[in-house]
Amino acid sequence: MRKKIGVYICHCGVNISDTIDVEHVREVISREEGVVLAKDVMFACADSSQKEIIEDIRREGLDGLVIASCSPKLHLFTFRSVAERAGLNPYNYVQVNIREQGSWAHSDNKEGATRKAIRMVRAGVARVARSEALEKTRISAVNAVAVIGAGVAGMRAALELANMGTRVFLIEREHFVGGRTAQWGDLFTTEETGKQIVGRLYESVRGNENVTLFTGAEVVKKEGNIGDFHLEVRIRPRYVRQPCDPEELQKAIDVCPVEVEDEFNFGLTRRKAIYRNYESEYPRAAAIDEKACTRCGECEKVCAAVDLGQKEEKISLNVGAIILTTGFDPYEPQPGEFGYGEIERVVTLQQFHRLLEMNREKLLFRGKEVRSIAYIYCVGSRECAANEKCKGTHKYCSRYCCTSAIHSALTARKKFGDLTVYHINRGIRTYGKQEVLYEQSCQAGDLYLQFYEDSFPEVSRNGSGPVIRVRDFLTAGRELEITPDLLVLVTGMEPRREDHIGDLMKVPRGRDHFYNEIHMKLKPVETVIDGVLIAGSCQGPKNITESVKSALSAASKAHYTLRKGELALEPVLAEVDREKCVWCDECTDACPFDAIQPVEYKGKKVASVIQANCKGCGMCLPVCPQNAIELAGYTDEEIESMIDALAEDL
Amino acid sequence: MKQQERPKILVFSTEKISDPAIDMAGLLKLHYPPTVYTITVPCSSGIKPRWIMHAFEKGFDGVFIAADGTDCPYGESCTDKTARVVQMTQQMMQEKGLEPARLKMAAICSVCSEPFVRQMKAFTEYLSRDGN
Repeated sequence: MRKKIGVYICHCGVNISDTIDVEHVREVISREEGVVLAKDVMFACADSSQKEIIEDIRREGLDGLVIASCSPKLHLFTFRSVAERAGLNPYNYVQVNIREQGSWAHSDNKEGATRKAIRMVRAGVARVARSEALEKTRISAVNAVAVIGAGVAGMRAALELANMGTRVFLIEREHFVGGRTAQWGDLFTTEETGKQIVGRLYESVRGNENVTLFTGAEVVKKEGNIGDFHLEVRIRPRYVRQPCDPEELQKAIDVCPVEVEDEFNFGLTRRKAIYRNYESEYPRAAAIDEKACTRCGECEKVCAAVDLGQKEEKISLNVGAIILTTGFDPYEPQPGEFGYGEIERVVTLQQFHRLLEMNREKLLFRGKEVRSIAYIYCVGSRECAANEKCKGTHKYCSRYCCTSAIHSALTARKKFGDLTVYHINRGIRTYGKQEVLYEQSCQAGDLYLQFYEDSFPEVSRNGSGPVIRVRDFLTAGRELEITPDLLVLVTGMEPRREDHIGDLMKVPRGRDHFYNEIHMKLKPVETVIDGVLIAGSCQGPKNITESVKSALSAASKAHYTLRKGELALEPVLAEVDREKCVWCDECTDACPFDAIQPVEYKGKKVASVIQANCKGCGMCLPVCPQNAIELAGYTDEEIESMIDALAEDL
Repeated sequence: MKQQERPKILVFSTEKISDPAIDMAGLLKLHYPPTVYTITVPCSSGIKPRWIMHAFEKGFDGVFIAADGTDCPYGESCTDKTARVVQMTQQMMQEKGLEPARLKMAAICSVCSEPFVRQMKAFTEYLSRDGN
């Protein structure tokens, strides 16, 4: 028990003292057992007050500190550092929130607020009296990072880390880099193509000795913890060596008897089992689709670079942190959703982007020229309970699609001449600098129609083409019928459907099933799994600019964490009482972070906490039938003494 | 004076999710009874039933768990695990002759200030009607 406790009650100007009788609280608290000093201060966070508190701690030899002021969200770290500077362990400091949960919440009841404040400060004193001086555990850290996913975000993060002197392993599941960006032609607001950006990044990655790139590679095992992760990576054979004669390669592609749906073109075309997506693709070597290939050997006969004897490889990597940049999947409409999959001339936005790139002089779709296009917006985004047709879980806006759709219409006009274009939307969100595209499109003569979520457009069939009936509220709810040559469904982003890496990393997912950061604003690229960071569209819809920004943020965060070669871990960890533990295994089941393992103790098996894995969530506490587990800082003694103080009569 | 101090509610709130909502309720001056007291824990699925029972023993009339729900930074298992804590505790309460409805749980997200205040007012009303 701590017996030399100092308590400070803050006025916060008048923010607290207008409602709470600070002087009275101080007076009552000064009589509490263990309190040797109780003061009220105008602003506890002011430099002069901090100095005063430090002097008091030193002079009086205080062994516990309580400051009753604002929310710990604001000043917990300020005052922990005050304690530390005075030579007091920062975990012997307790902050009591008598502003947000006191004077402000109860400004209608001064007496009630004062009584509550007294109990709250008493609870703080009770807690600090039982607090332990916790020490941060120090562990060594490997200054190397695994970046998973070599799209724009992954490659940009890899380069940034490498330039700061961190070793990078860039791991790509596909045989080619570039992710989704490689699939896009002209990009909005900059005059360049997705392929050019991918090419530039790839060249820089190749030229950087700190980056090792693996393609056709997947992480299959993860062990360890921040500073010291051990990854096992499976590398699939490419079956095509370098250099490869282009003529021979073409022959090999021609003789290949296997045809599969071409995912690169979102199923618009078919490709062979030996393939490359486009000529300048990186790495500049074809690959054989392991799953589709029948090993018939025809390609091997005509192309010397083909080697069907290549074997799968497994490698081990040791890294200090992991950045996930695994990207998104475009939303796949339900069969029949706005005619998709049932009416021939209905495509998704992503398919339309591929069409724009594949066609040269004329915009053709299934042999017929397209002269009029209608877009229906927000397909698979902004779903809401108001409408039967979009009751799904994609409540979010996919951010990039309004701009991307408008840009695709402008690109189509530029490439194929005058077109009739209808944008059937739910409100256009070309935010920021992208608004110029909206203006350009309006000036070019694109027509904008708008509907509400409770009156969706109806799509029916007329031959192979769609007929759209829409009530346009911009023209006072007039019913319009549109029969375009092509209907483009403006489909948004979804989390990756095949996501074994997320499971492997145990990264929490949000309500929308994208990876979840700790705090949207204050910790936007960190996950609750220490050392596992997220960036790009795997954490939610983002355009390329936004993906790259988050990638740079994750890179600097990873480097900053690992650069010293040593890490300090938060000491709020679970502790097992080995005498009480009977190893019933309940806690290992409850722990989502594999932080509990059995060890031998006095001839029996007992649970032991792996400190570097424990996140201090406490999930193991209530499941223990022996009550053998306590969480540092939240022990039974601390919590129950707080309850006693809060319940006590005044 | 003592009458005014009833019913007394103890809220278990979580550092990263419901605490910000409760703080914001104050910031927005959304008033609720000052007989509501909060203890912060890292995650609602880490609350021990014995702490809740202790609160009842010491004279709290109601205990409210401001759960992380699906927003929990420690993962999606939080919701089920918190529900289990409530279940376990309510069983203990029944054994002691305490009405299980005196323990209440609701997910309070980081911006759910208004729902929190509504919950506090309704729970207070419920517990007052309950003969306190």
